[in-house]
Amino acid sequence: MAGVERRTLLAFLLRLADDHLILGHRLSEWCGHAPMLEEDLAMPNMALDLIGQARALYQYAAEVEGKGRTEDDFAYLRREREYTNCMMVERPNGDFAHTILRQLYFAAFMEPMWKGMLASSDEHLAGIAAKAVKEVAYHLRHAGEWVIRLGDGTEESAWRMREAVASLAPYVEELFETDEVTREIAAGGVASDPPSTRPAFDAILRPIFAEAGLEQVDVAHPKTGGRKGIHAEAMGFLLADLQFMQRAYPGMVW
Amino acid sequence: MMAKNMLPLWEVFIRPRNGLSHKHCGSVHAADEVMALQAARDVYTRRGEGVSIWVVPSSAITASDPEHKDENFEPALSKVYRHPTFYDIPDEVGHM
Repeated sequence: MAGVERRTLLAFLLRLADDHLILGHRLSEWCGHAPMLEEDLAMPNMALDLIGQARALYQYAAEVEGKGRTEDDFAYLRREREYTNCMMVERPNGDFAHTILRQLYFAAFMEPMWKGMLASSDEHLAGIAAKAVKEVAYHLRHAGEWVIRLGDGTEESAWRMREAVASLAPYVEELFETDEVTREIAAGGVASDPPSTRPAFDAILRPIFAEAGLEQVDVAHPKTGGRKGIHAEAMGFLLADLQFMQRAYPGMVW
Repeated sequence: MMAKNMLPLWEVFIRPRNGLSHKHCGSVHAADEVMALQAARDVYTRRGEGVSIWVVPSSAITASDPEHKDENFEPALSKVYRHPTFYDIPDEVGHM
């Protein structure tokens, strides 16, 4: 284990795991509802990548915590305020443009983060990153190509993309928040402090937005709170769906 | 259907392993070749089926006419001597 306090590492792992679980769940909601068969397979594929990453992180978090909790306890049996995912990932899917843009933002955020974790002082995390970098590279490419084609597509696809940019803009800043947890994690060489990855994020998005004919919009009051467990209304409904089986049939297994 | 009107069809060929040839495995709808490759990856390589993908516009394929089936293929049926099964292969050759 790396040279950071156990509770700090745990807090960091849970944030990361929650981001991936919640986004994976959101993306899985498209299964059977995508606009075309090809995307009906692509989106659940990527949802499974995200949930797989979440599992690896929860399993490690359980080990770090050392209190006998399992990945399922973390995923299914916490209360809303105990989830510390960013608010971006809990946003409802909206139309395909919203979903694809959300995927692009999150992949562009995670790609530099995972790359940084390849050299983590925490070997277990470096191992998880080694698998995740390949998956996130594809997510980024998939979403990026779609954003370009929708933004630079028909009149309707272009306005839908612009709507998506406006609607998700308030949730971008939160990705790059810093606090004691992220600073200690960075100081211990476990992972980058999110603000330091902002230039990489911008460099990924700039050519995609340029080719798509899209512009970033300024936000006067960005949303915040997710890392402290404060979520938007949508989160409660998401958890009701996600946790239903374990709440209705406690301890149920496959 | 949106896919029918706006998105052309692409034929997908997958190479299962190095050393084998690409094999036709199906088709996808996509706006262009980049998206077709992505769709092919998502639809046809989910279970580790391939190491390489080709996509070809379906419209670029010229197919034989099913009505010419008899004149095209039947003459070959009676010419079994074209199969190299009338030779004894020396053991040293091994698997062919």
